Amino acid sequence: MSHRLSTGGRLIDRSERRSFRFNGKTMTGFAGDTLAAALLGSGQTLVGRSFKYHRPRGIVTSGGEEPNALMNLGTAKTFEPNARATTTELFDGLTAESQNHWPSLEFDVGEINAKLSRFLPAGFYYKTFLWPRAFWKHVYEPVIRASAGLGKAPRHRDADHYEYMHVTTDVLVVGGGIAGLTAAKAAAVSGAEVMLVEQTANWGGRAPVDGAVIDGQPAEDWVAATVAELEAMPNVRLRTRAMGAGVYDHGYSLVYERLTDHAPDPSRPRHRLWKVRAGRIVTATGSIERPLSFAGNDLPGVMLAAAVRDYVVNYGVAPGKRTVVVTNNDDGYRTALALKEAGLEVPVVLDARKQATGPLADAAREAGIRVAAGRGIAKVTGKGKVEVVHICDQAGAGAVVEEVRADCVAMSGGWSPVVHLWSHCGGKLTWDDENACFRPDPDRAPTGADGTPFVAAAGAANGAVTTAEVLADAWAAGGGSGEAPKADAEDRQPMMPVWAMPAQAPYALRAKSWLDFQNDVKVTDVELAAREGFQSVEHTKRYTTLGMATDQGKLSNINGLAVLARELGEDIPAVGTTTFRPPYTPISMGAIGGEARGELFQPVRRTPIHDWHEENGAHWEPVGHWRRPYAFPKEGESTHDAVTREVRATRERVGLLDASTLGKLIVKGPDAGRFLDMLYTNMMSTLPVGKCRYGLMCTENGFLTDDGVVARLSDDAWLCHTTTGGADRIHAHMEEWLQTEWWDWKVYVANVTEQYAQVAVVGPKAREVLQALGGDMDLSKEALPFMQWAEGRIGDFDARVFRISFSGELSYEVAVPASQGRAFWDALLDAGRKHSITPYGTEALHVMRAEKGFIMIGDETDGTVIPQDLGLNWAISKKKEDYLGKRAQERDHMTDPLRWKLVGLETLDGSVIPDGAYAAEEGLNLNGQRKTEGRVTSTYYSPTLDRGIAMGLVERGPDRMGEVIDFPLIGGGSVKAKIVSPVFYDPDGEKQNV
Amino acid sequence: MLILDCPYCGIACDETELSPGGEAHLTRFGPGSSEDEFEGYLFMRENPRGVHFERWRHAHGCGKWFHAARDTMTMEVFGTYPAQTTEPPAELRKTISEKRPGWSWRDFS
Ligand SMILES: [Zn+2]
Repeated sequence: MSHRLSTGGRLIDRSERRSFRFNGKTMTGFAGDTLAAALLGSGQTLVGRSFKYHRPRGIVTSGGEEPNALMNLGTAKTFEPNARATTTELFDGLTAESQNHWPSLEFDVGEINAKLSRFLPAGFYYKTFLWPRAFWKHVYEPVIRASAGLGKAPRHRDADHYEYMHVTTDVLVVGGGIAGLTAAKAAAVSGAEVMLVEQTANWGGRAPVDGAVIDGQPAEDWVAATVAELEAMPNVRLRTRAMGAGVYDHGYSLVYERLTDHAPDPSRPRHRLWKVRAGRIVTATGSIERPLSFAGNDLPGVMLAAAVRDYVVNYGVAPGKRTVVVTNNDDGYRTALALKEAGLEVPVVLDARKQATGPLADAAREAGIRVAAGRGIAKVTGKGKVEVVHICDQAGAGAVVEEVRADCVAMSGGWSPVVHLWSHCGGKLTWDDENACFRPDPDRAPTGADGTPFVAAAGAANGAVTTAEVLADAWAAGGGSGEAPKADAEDRQPMMPVWAMPAQAPYALRAKSWLDFQNDVKVTDVELAAREGFQSVEHTKRYTTLGMATDQGKLSNINGLAVLARELGEDIPAVGTTTFRPPYTPISMGAIGGEARGELFQPVRRTPIHDWHEENGAHWEPVGHWRRPYAFPKEGESTHDAVTREVRATRERVGLLDASTLGKLIVKGPDAGRFLDMLYTNMMSTLPVGKCRYGLMCTENGFLTDDGVVARLSDDAWLCHTTTGGADRIHAHMEEWLQTEWWDWKVYVANVTEQYAQVAVVGPKAREVLQALGGDMDLSKEALPFMQWAEGRIGDFDARVFRISFSGELSYEVAVPASQGRAFWDALLDAGRKHSITPYGTEALHVMRAEKGFIMIGDETDGTVIPQDLGLNWAISKKKEDYLGKRAQERDHMTDPLRWKLVGLETLDGSVIPDGAYAAEEGLNLNGQRKTEGRVTSTYYSPTLDRGIAMGLVERGPDRMGEVIDFPLIGGGSVKAKIVSPVFYDPDGEKQNV
Repeated sequence: MLILDCPYCGIACDETELSPGGEAHLTRFGPGSSEDEFEGYLFMRENPRGVHFERWRHAHGCGKWFHAARDTMTMEVFGTYPAQTTEPPAELRKTISEKRPGWSWRDFS
């Protein structure tokens, strides 16, 4: 059983106890522990259940590659799922729960799955659930959903906060082991600005555990001295708990720093996402040990050999009392020696190689450890934990030659360089036969803007194995001149690739040999995929789910590839790897969001009158980046009733609308008229000064993109009103055409949207209200008729007054400088008091425009509608040779007589047709669905007519006046509506023209 | 996340400052053009593995449109130039020829 040793542990402080809870049980560890170390130190070897079969699982690794020890951490507002116990630093009060178990970790009903495992082969999702179709919805999906998933999604709003940091540096070094330190030093002494990041809390990586000696010093001392040296340099920035998450084009990189995970402090950001622009990036990310594929390799107690060593040396924790070491390379002996030195039993080292020679094997023998060459593990057995190791010849078929009792197995299948960051941005790999691994191909590095490589791999991440090789390689990667740090050469014995243990393992053993511990993928699953014709590694991955869990196959990929290659009769490099994608390990959604949450998620644009709306109970509606009042409900009034009241007040007396959000673009210059003739479907160059004209804008595709009233300000200047959300888009649209197509035209466009407050004074009493304010303007029908504008003073305000109407009523839209907006609004409210002047919101605006049959961009248009569909031919110039969209509108599909066209819809029973309803026709289409012949685009209750009104696009609609069509309702039944003119109110326009 | 030099304000722009505008050097076809010409103008785009010419706008900067010549595979940027032209500058074409002998893109080489 795992336990805490009485001495040792280079990273822990035994004088600082830390208390934590696991599955409700209180346990203790020490400062410096990871949660995994503290769990093992407390005798907790069972830490989770696997995804598919709910098999008992223990800690396998000591780092970010951990597949099994995933925890729900914290509660409520600090809850986080899928946290790896191996990278979670222990603090007082930490609470953790294991995942994917029900009802308890020790007794899990899901484990029955394992007995049915032959019914859950590779691709079972695809195979089983294809048929019958109805079973998907009612049986398979609910069952899968109930049992699937490891962690739970948080249910509360995250109480923590997060931040970004932007930094530019000459060199970013990822990884703070001896390679990263060496590369950083090499770059820093040459004068470069360097950022060095290490994902754990400690510098030095594996070297201090492995007993490396550098420049005559123990690695631990060399690391401390080098860190101190770098810290003293002004051009070096060092961060621990900071993981290089991804490398992107042109030296962009993301670094994920965990600031308070190890010591919760709500006053500080929890995570920080560094957005780094680096001239060069050195990936000194080390390597990851591979598991060996033998039967029972997923039992709790079977661990990576180097991880076993880490727990002993770093934390003074013994993963077991009796550990069998099984290896295909020299490194496994280091674990055997470390265990022995800690006073633990190592009954045997099984070396799969035919000869067990070299200094490390000799040292093991000298330490009194039995070494068995050419041997492997046939299977490991035990009830939920390692109990018996069944030893066999590696070359054979698994005939057991000996049984050894043990509670831990330390396995080493060789090492895979961490090539993720190298690969993120296009770096290619090459197969290293000697070490049986993929490593970066220096001839095919990711290239930057100047066409030269900007990523260099260093040390173990580059395939270097011994300390001496690592140091020399990293010094070169850092661009160092002069003397590199040195270590003695080692007499290293070749490793032997072992992709199956034993080599001739029969099906029964292979079916219990795990490749992917988290997603429960076994050797036989990959074999089955290959037999079923999956040759591409990417397809096999998806079919078997190998490497698709939250650990992204850091342990399983190479072993899985090797199995696939063997089945396909190919070499491993010919099969290739799956794609490495960022982030290297999962990063928090909070860090990705950074400060962009709450009010900062999307800053609200405010009109000069915004505060009044807020003070007067506006029910808000987001429009673009603005908030507009939807309606102003009074105390105890429903929103619907407020809209009705606002419409009636406006139609009967006078209403007030804050129209400041309307886009206002000034287009000026000798060629401005010519330019606007190209942008609008109708003629703007002939518009007389002082007049207004409604205009439509299309894209080159012919589709309607914006509309609004254009006023001619002077001989060479026009003011173009756009839709509320459209000002920036249309401004950009104009700039694009001016800069990239008609760059010799003399036109200047200025977006003055926010320079003005604009208020629509609407209704039969509008003129009286404005006149009551006084000023020097003649607002009579004769002096300022419909569709004209004038400038002057209204009361004390500098006003530009437009006689335009979006409601069908007598209407003045008055623009005043933004600084006068609120005062003008207040003055209008005062002046209109005797008429019970009524501010109205966007819904009343919508209802009134729909009563008049006016279209709204985004309701009647959706990016596939041309002006001709909306009966707007009157606003399309027949005289102009060209305008944007004209050629497209001549295409045969655009002139098809069967296009859906705008009509009004009057329900026979007076009800309101649901938004988005489709009109169904008799018969079925080729997909077996009801045919449709139209759809509703706007639908409202009209207070003016006291009935439902709607506009819609209907096939040949304008030719079918009086016909009744059918709108089926969700949940059965239908609404019948008569096709009518879209103008429901004052069809002759008498009310607006007074 | 590309970095492109804005030829107007001289700034090395991070991609977040820019908005993309698709392929450069399209010829506009309006009324009177054939169906094929119009289809080509509106829909047909190059998708090369290698040398490519693109439009970018320094949207969160000086607001100007410019063109960039780059390699879509290696991300190498050969150069940027103002959008007020119907063809890549001769100097730039020479630079590309030195780095990618035999290149061609639409009518340019
Ligand atoms: Zn610029």
